Amino acid sequence: MADISVNPRQARLEGQLSSLAFTFLASQPHVSYAAVEKGELVVHTTCEHLVPFLTLLRDDPRYRFEQLMDLCGVDFPARAQRFEVVYNLLSVTYNRRIRVVVCTDEYAAVPSVHHLWPCATWWERECYDLFGVLFSGQPDLRRILTDNGFEGHPLRKDFPLTGYEEVRYDAERRQVVKEPVSLTQDFRDFDFVSPWEGMLTLPGDEKAHEVRQGMKRSS
Amino acid sequence: MTKQDNTESLTFAQTILREDIPQSLLPDDKALEIEKKVVEIDSHALNFGPQHPSAHGVLRLVLEMEGELVARAVPHIGLLHRGTEKLIEYKTYQKALPYFDRLDYVSPMCEEQAFALATEKLLGIDIPERAKWLRVMFAEITRILNHILNLTAMGLDCGAVTPALWGYEEREKLLEFYEAASGARFHANYFRPGGVARDIPASLEDRIGVWAKEFPAWIDELEGLLTENRIWKQRTVGIGVFTTEQALAWGFSGPCLRASGVPWDLRRNQPYDNYHKVDFNVPVTRQGDSYDRYLVRVAEMRESVKIIEQCLSQMQPGDIKIQDPKFSPPPRADMKRSMEALIHHFKLFSEGYHVPAGSTYTAVESPKGEFGVYLVADGSNRPYRCKIRPTGFAHLQAIDELSRRGMLADMVAIIGSLDLVFGEVDR
Repeated sequence: MADISVNPRQARLEGQLSSLAFTFLASQPHVSYAAVEKGELVVHTTCEHLVPFLTLLRDDPRYRFEQLMDLCGVDFPARAQRFEVVYNLLSVTYNRRIRVVVCTDEYAAVPSVHHLWPCATWWERECYDLFGVLFSGQPDLRRILTDNGFEGHPLRKDFPLTGYEEVRYDAERRQVVKEPVSLTQDFRDFDFVSPWEGMLTLPGDEKAHEVRQGMKRSS
Repeated sequence: MTKQDNTESLTFAQTILREDIPQSLLPDDKALEIEKKVVEIDSHALNFGPQHPSAHGVLRLVLEMEGELVARAVPHIGLLHRGTEKLIEYKTYQKALPYFDRLDYVSPMCEEQAFALATEKLLGIDIPERAKWLRVMFAEITRILNHILNLTAMGLDCGAVTPALWGYEEREKLLEFYEAASGARFHANYFRPGGVARDIPASLEDRIGVWAKEFPAWIDELEGLLTENRIWKQRTVGIGVFTTEQALAWGFSGPCLRASGVPWDLRRNQPYDNYHKVDFNVPVTRQGDSYDRYLVRVAEMRESVKIIEQCLSQMQPGDIKIQDPKFSPPPRADMKRSMEALIHHFKLFSEGYHVPAGSTYTAVESPKGEFGVYLVADGSNRPYRCKIRPTGFAHLQAIDELSRRGMLADMVAIIGSLDLVFGEVDR
């Protein structure tokens, strides 16, 4: 990567991070994946082992990840466990970052880490609000960013960009009213797959394509 | 919460409802009912904002008071939530960038830098040297812009009107540099993945050089008004104290973390663009109170001027964006003659570029602290997920801890010293 030649710190760091990744894979049986991706240490673990693992990362003098900088969700609807919950930790002592990832679905709760880092409360509330990920042991699991009385979890991939309801002030009734979204023009979502790259079968060419596919399978 | 107080407040509330609100403003069918309705008001809970001039935006803070002491402060946020992260998922990478100006509208270019760096990391491209210097220089101009507004507004909250008046004049000069470089005073859209939007005009380097010579005198004037000011010190020293351990546990970053005694600056510790080529100090203080956060920001402005001067002296003429037509638009003149350039232009502004699958958490030292972008790409031309890590979100969350057993009037000094902007907190 280009950064390494420019930035000598980056090269040193990558060595340290890959040895950390190796340590986690060797010593922590619950760690299913640990690697350095684009210069960043990524570790996948499970919900049951999350809290002991994060406590180790925070308190062990070898790691000392004192700060939880960010906690967020990512939605992959096609997977059985559709949500990834991502913890971005920072070690001020050793100047390192680590990304811990756990997977969950709509029903299985992820253990809360607010007792490790008090700042986790709002991040977890945000993740719950936007994705509907549940956090067990979190005493204050309320919505945080969306409007009062909002329904649904807007950052899920199956939630439409335009939402379901719109809010306006009704001058006659002298109050704010909620109505189903009505758009004068539908939201335009383009498919950018190029016809030369994405379309394998040209119109009128279906038969020839089938033959080609068949030949591939037989060989 | 005595009974006596409750009855008093009840009668008070009823008088207001009956007499002070004109009948025309009440909903018709409910106007009569309300006269009879019993309204309960806890006289010990105080609503601070969302329309309070010292709330620095749309912060609604519910304060549970014990006399004039704050027993609990509960921030309610989300009033400015615009769904930026969702919108970005439906835009190409180029079109997602302007949203970052609108997050922390006081330091727009630093926010753009985080997204541009994250995209470049996923694309695996490196930008030309001059673009890096321009980015560093404008990031520091942005830092000064942000600190001027924050420090003077904090002064205003505590009763010092003059710094704000003087500060706006200085901000105006800096916004002219913004305008000369990008064409816009606030929503610059200047840093792009692959470099910057365009080169700065020929005379701008000299103008910035002249300004950089004059500006330290303005900082002296600001310090003359505030630093040793008796009232200012009474309002800020020992107010909103955070220890090192607390600051780390609550996810503090930037000036707020450095005021609590942690020498941590991403420009120094995890340098990006050309920060490893400039020489500057990282100011750190120990007390962790509002006054120290003020001192750190003042010292940072002086360091930023130093960095700007170094950028000006080291900057060489050259390319300002990566010379790859897949990522940067061709010059207008080429499009009139070259078919290739026209196609590239069309593809870039309709389809955009495809970013290889992968994810990155890229953070920059924005004027407020660590501003991070967690970008997940799936190989298409749009981000699969773009999580924005706002700085103020973590700072605001700690306000209950910071203000505990403090006076009501100190609340504004604490909010001012945390440097909150709600475009960023609410996203």
